Amino acid sequence: MGFAAKGINRYPGKDISGCGLTGFISRKGERVSGEVIARSICNMNDRGNGLGAGFAAYGIYPDYKDLYAFHIMYDNNKALKETEEYIKKHLIVEHQEKMPTRHTKNITSHPIVRRYFARPKPDSEDLELSGIDKVREDDFIVHLVMHINSMIDSAYVFSSGKDMGAFKGVGLPGDIADFFSIEEYSGYLWTAHNRFPTNTPGWWGGAHPFTLLDWSIVHNGEISSYGINMRYLEMFGYKCTLLTDTEVVAYLLDLLIRRHRLSYKVASMVIAAPFWKDIARMNGNEKKMLTALRMVYGGGLLNGPFAIIFAHTRGMVGLNDRIKLRPLIVATKGDFVYMASEESAIREICPAPERVWAPKAGEPVIAELYKDNPHADKSA
Amino acid sequence: MCDMVIDAKGVYYKELNKRIRDAILRGKKTIDLININGQRYIADGINSGTVININGVPGQDLAAFMNGPTVIVNSNAQDGVGNTMNNGKVIIHGMAGDVLGYGMRGGKLHILGDVGYRVGIHMKSYKDQVPVIIVGGKAGDFFGEYMAGGVLILLNLNKDDPRPAVGDYFGTGMHGGAIYVRGVVDKHKLGAEVNIREIEEDDERILEECLKEYCDDLKLDYEDIMSAKFTKYIPVSRRPYGNLYAY
Repeated sequence: MGFAAKGINRYPGKDISGCGLTGFISRKGERVSGEVIARSICNMNDRGNGLGAGFAAYGIYPDYKDLYAFHIMYDNNKALKETEEYIKKHLIVEHQEKMPTRHTKNITSHPIVRRYFARPKPDSEDLELSGIDKVREDDFIVHLVMHINSMIDSAYVFSSGKDMGAFKGVGLPGDIADFFSIEEYSGYLWTAHNRFPTNTPGWWGGAHPFTLLDWSIVHNGEISSYGINMRYLEMFGYKCTLLTDTEVVAYLLDLLIRRHRLSYKVASMVIAAPFWKDIARMNGNEKKMLTALRMVYGGGLLNGPFAIIFAHTRGMVGLNDRIKLRPLIVATKGDFVYMASEESAIREICPAPERVWAPKAGEPVIAELYKDNPHADKSA
Repeated sequence: MCDMVIDAKGVYYKELNKRIRDAILRGKKTIDLININGQRYIADGINSGTVININGVPGQDLAAFMNGPTVIVNSNAQDGVGNTMNNGKVIIHGMAGDVLGYGMRGGKLHILGDVGYRVGIHMKSYKDQVPVIIVGGKAGDFFGEYMAGGVLILLNLNKDDPRPAVGDYFGTGMHGGAIYVRGVVDKHKLGAEVNIREIEEDDERILEECLKEYCDDLKLDYEDIMSAKFTKYIPVSRRPYGNLYAY
């Protein structure tokens, strides 16, 4: 495609959509084939229009679980060469390969997709030079991702976390599942998205999920506050390059939860903050805390209609905007927790859930691995 | 007794709805749908008095523009049930999603469980066309928003569920019709255009008529439901925004 000129956001804005989303986690960490999530999202084919679909999967690379897994798309060989030079300068790449893909009837053109399993060089000068005050390994990876997305023409990072990956592109969910042979992967946590873009382009990099490190996000709706959020995030070194609003949510979560160490619940209170009229009716510490959060993190408030599922190594969180302008249904069965735009997408893969409910607007539903799971104590 | 069974397993909504319409044209009075899961637009715009039994979760916009059939859902339903419905009845033996009965202008929606946000928005009535929505469980924000006519009844029957019966912005912009609630809605939740009233004789008659039918449909105990106090909510004005741009 290549129309996304670096440094120029030609579509500084928004994405109104009727998208579909779904996800599930085995809290025991049992790995499930991608065939299951594909069936769930395909049940909601009509929520998209063939201009974008994708999957995020956790626990899929046990052989490389301690390395950062980079999924990267390139529009041309020049971008590939330049990016690989850049990566190899800064990282030790233990393994790299073409992303296994299949010919499918409906995907007639696609970018080059590669994956790399890598770790930062020890005592690298880059860590010092990366311009980040207090350098941590994961901050360095974020810096690398931002550099590739914003400075290398026609190269975009699909995902950059450990033992996880994003698979996405232009097509209906079934096309994308086929293209990446999604059924060949097994993960304990999966999310999926079906896109209906309306006022930003349908392109491979703009498909959901959006990711950074092990954060992934699928989103139905429109972030009306995109401009404010984008400028707020720029102050912390995040660069929005993917031509759609959802990107800011991934970076906000990284900022709030990984860097500022807010809990999922508190981070949810920032991005879907209670209205001032509701805070006015609260008492004591709750009132104090929510007032403080709104004042400190005003730039992190998401306005506009949304239902999102954000996932990470230890679990996933479903969240609606404050007046529930997009649907979200949650169900449980045994150690499995399911979230989706429509109940039918859950019943497609779990015909008899034990409990089904529609969460209240602005109240996060948090589903995490059981504490004894080896993935559970990893930092984000 | 049913005249016909349609197995909807893996059948796309267009094909399914075509089969339903074909069956009605062939004179089938009762149709059972089995293995439904997410198919959209079931019973939309149908004028006959057919009875349609749905087994499985039907998709968005069930019974939209419907004008006659009785639809019985033996599970939960999704969003947009009864959108601009004109006549007939939908009985749901589970929960229903958001935007239930949007712009509804006739017929009945009987829901056993909870409903989502934006239920009964801009319902309206004309002469003997009086739409009725009865909710057995709880409801979210914007219940009866911009309501212009008809009857909305919220029962909050599940005593084990400690959440409030209804969300915020109750009846905001309401300018016609009546909402009845089993219990009392907190004042701060009421839209500025709504007044609370005691139940009077006329209201008792309306409640009795509506709820006896509802209890019949869903096998509930009428006396038990009536044992609690109801309150009524009506618009302050028939034209709350009449002067909005007048000065």
